[in-house]
Amino acid sequence: MTSEDLETEPRPAKPGGGAAAWRELKKAPLTAQFGLVVIAFYLFVALFAQYLAPHGESEIVGAEFEPRFGEFFLGTDNLGRDMLTRLIYGAQNTIGIALATTVLAFMLGGVVGIMAAVLGGWFDQFASRLVDVLMAIPALIFAMLLLTIFGTGWLTLITVIGVLDSTRVYRIARAVSINVVVMDFIEAARLRGEGVPWITVREVLPNIMPPLVAEFGLRFCFVFLTISALSFLGLGIQPPDADWGSMVRDNATLITYGDINPLLPAAAIALLTIGVNFVVDWFLHKTSGLKDEH
Amino acid sequence: MNTDTVDTTVGADNSLLLEMRGLCIEGFSDEEWHQIVKDVDITLHRGRMLGLIGESGAGKSTIGIAAMGYAKPGCRINGGRIVFDGVDLTAASEEEKRRLRGAKIAYVAQSAAAAFNPAHKLIDQFAEAVTEHGIGSRDDAYADAKDLYARIKMPDPDGIGFRYPHQVSGGQLQRAMTAMALSCRPDLLIFDEPTTALDVTTQIEVLVTMRDIVEQFNCAAIYITHDLAVVAQMADNIMVLRHGETVEEAETRRMLSAPQADYTKSLWAVRSFRKQHPAPPPEDTPLIKVDNVTAAYGPVTVLHEVDFAIHRGHTVAVVGESGSGKSTAARVITGLLPPQTGAIYYDGAKYPGNYRKRSKEQLRHVQMIYQMADTAVNPRQKIRDIVGRPLSFYLGMDGDEKERRLRELMDMIELDPNKFLDRLPAELSGGQKQRICIARALAAEPAFIICDEVTSALDQLVAEGILKLLDRLQRELNLAYMFITHDLATVNAIADEVIVMLQGRIVEQGAKHEIFSPPHHQYTELLLSSVPEMDPDWMDNVLAQRRAKGGMAAAGN
Repeated sequence: MTSEDLETEPRPAKPGGGAAAWRELKKAPLTAQFGLVVIAFYLFVALFAQYLAPHGESEIVGAEFEPRFGEFFLGTDNLGRDMLTRLIYGAQNTIGIALATTVLAFMLGGVVGIMAAVLGGWFDQFASRLVDVLMAIPALIFAMLLLTIFGTGWLTLITVIGVLDSTRVYRIARAVSINVVVMDFIEAARLRGEGVPWITVREVLPNIMPPLVAEFGLRFCFVFLTISALSFLGLGIQPPDADWGSMVRDNATLITYGDINPLLPAAAIALLTIGVNFVVDWFLHKTSGLKDEH
Repeated sequence: MNTDTVDTTVGADNSLLLEMRGLCIEGFSDEEWHQIVKDVDITLHRGRMLGLIGESGAGKSTIGIAAMGYAKPGCRINGGRIVFDGVDLTAASEEEKRRLRGAKIAYVAQSAAAAFNPAHKLIDQFAEAVTEHGIGSRDDAYADAKDLYARIKMPDPDGIGFRYPHQVSGGQLQRAMTAMALSCRPDLLIFDEPTTALDVTTQIEVLVTMRDIVEQFNCAAIYITHDLAVVAQMADNIMVLRHGETVEEAETRRMLSAPQADYTKSLWAVRSFRKQHPAPPPEDTPLIKVDNVTAAYGPVTVLHEVDFAIHRGHTVAVVGESGSGKSTAARVITGLLPPQTGAIYYDGAKYPGNYRKRSKEQLRHVQMIYQMADTAVNPRQKIRDIVGRPLSFYLGMDGDEKERRLRELMDMIELDPNKFLDRLPAELSGGQKQRICIARALAAEPAFIICDEVTSALDQLVAEGILKLLDRLQRELNLAYMFITHDLATVNAIADEVIVMLQGRIVEQGAKHEIFSPPHHQYTELLLSSVPEMDPDWMDNVLAQRRAKGGMAAAGN
């Protein structure tokens, strides 16, 4: 009997690849499956907006404020543009910008956050205090200020919200990395002579992925809301480009007359937010080892 | 307790207290229920102590807790009866069980530091159970606590209870916990590895306290441990467990002298391993020279003028209690803690004090194996990447050459490359993970490896496997080891030379046979005499000797 036999039988290696992923999906709770379907649907609509939309994005096709289920399925807006078309294009614009912004926020905040944990010392101090300063100013007001200064193009919008949002990502990335950085395998990597990029990307990052991905889902929703809010205030996506936030604003007068049409874009935002959150919850649940039994 | 062999007429009452029949417990993991305790019978009389022994995962703690009618979260008792003093705990209501716990059955946990509430004074935590169970007033409890603190020979028994947990030492805290367990004068005490986290010199004090308590109050006790030598001192009966099943149970002396089952015999034989080959004669230039090093963490100096050398092919064991500076010495050699004065020489060449200033080649020469293999390998990397990284990083290997070398290394650490290379660390057992750490160190092709408590987190049989492997690798590759440990049995097994450290200074150093044979330095003597032996009379003999010499017993504080 060798010493290894006496230990508990190790778990067999997991079968890799798509089959395993598919099995996971089938085992996922109903809420997560619902969320995935919602996200897939939104992505599909956003990607193929040009082919799905019955009319042009800013094409005036009829009278103002035509009712639903008439000539136009969802009626027309304040300028006589088709609501359904605007909603479909809005998916493309809003989701596209939100995704780009969140990715930028995570690249920036994530990398700097991990590096702050790995390097410590003055770099950590500098980055952390800078983030403190940025976070001390209410984000929406700061974003409005910066957008007023730099103009309201797509690129500025993405950069401004991305940078402001990266402060939150920095905080969480640094906090979870600090727990990883004290582990012996990081010390082993340092003693091996590895550089900061290797330690950041290969040693720390894989270990903090679960909380980061969960955060990604949540941040995505918040960015979404920020963009919609900015659009509603007139600083976000500019007319005539369709965007759910500005669509609510444009048609807001209708609410006074008891029509729910202006709420349709709001509902589109709400549904996506709920879908993303369902998926994030499921992911957090799986990776953090939280179980329902107790 | 075991001063007399089969004496059942101890003092007054030795009636049946606890009886477990056909106990089965299952646990929930990986989405299904697993049987973790299978059909275990335990009978315990008043005034007796039962030792439960086994490796991790044997179910000994689970059984200990089940004696309170409790199962950890994720576990449930799914068979058998637990009768405590006439009450069937498996059928009792939560309310009934709560009345028993703390009052009639008390539990002493492994880590007192984690079990005490850091925000309350010791004596208030002592009094809590007493007032909760309505046994006495707070003042009664205070008076009783002081009395008990005196009886277990705590320093300043009247005042120590008014300290917070962080203001007393680990050994004192463990004793305070034993006193706390006694606050309601329970009939049954459950000790769950109460001394595992303590230094040997402290351990003996705590063991004596516990044994006295059981004798003084005629309690019954269950003593859970993986350390045979400890259980030999404490228990009247020993039960050996494996995979949740009883292997055998017998009276302590009989169990030690004539174990029946093969598994028990293999456990007993563990401590017999001895290094097989003699160390090569030392060369003129030592491989590692620690030259008069003084080092500090901030304002606190932790190493004072430490000076020693390690020769090619030799194993140097560094022993001492926690806080003696042995791990700090390793940190200085690796460059993690630059020394204030003094220097590190490798093969005659001076190394920069800070690892950041060392060249790749210099870093390659000093490799390290850690105590906790779990945290020493990146859980998100495959074994192939963990072991392969030094190959590509230091030696620039890739493709077929790297693959060939990887397989060679896996063969050297006796793990099947086909089975293990593509696994993640979580799919390996503790011993296998430690082997992976060894392979990673070997991949750099060093001549010197620092082994920091490499076996202390492992079960004894597994630990012996690791020691044998290290020994074989040393013979084949002429490696030098700096072996940091607090376990003198390990030192005896593998060391060529021994360095004894105390409070950041080297107390004694020399060849193993010199250190292990008299005359000893006073501290070495204390250290050596505190290591439990398999002889059930060992503790009584040591105490008698120390009393004769006088004063030494107090040194454990």
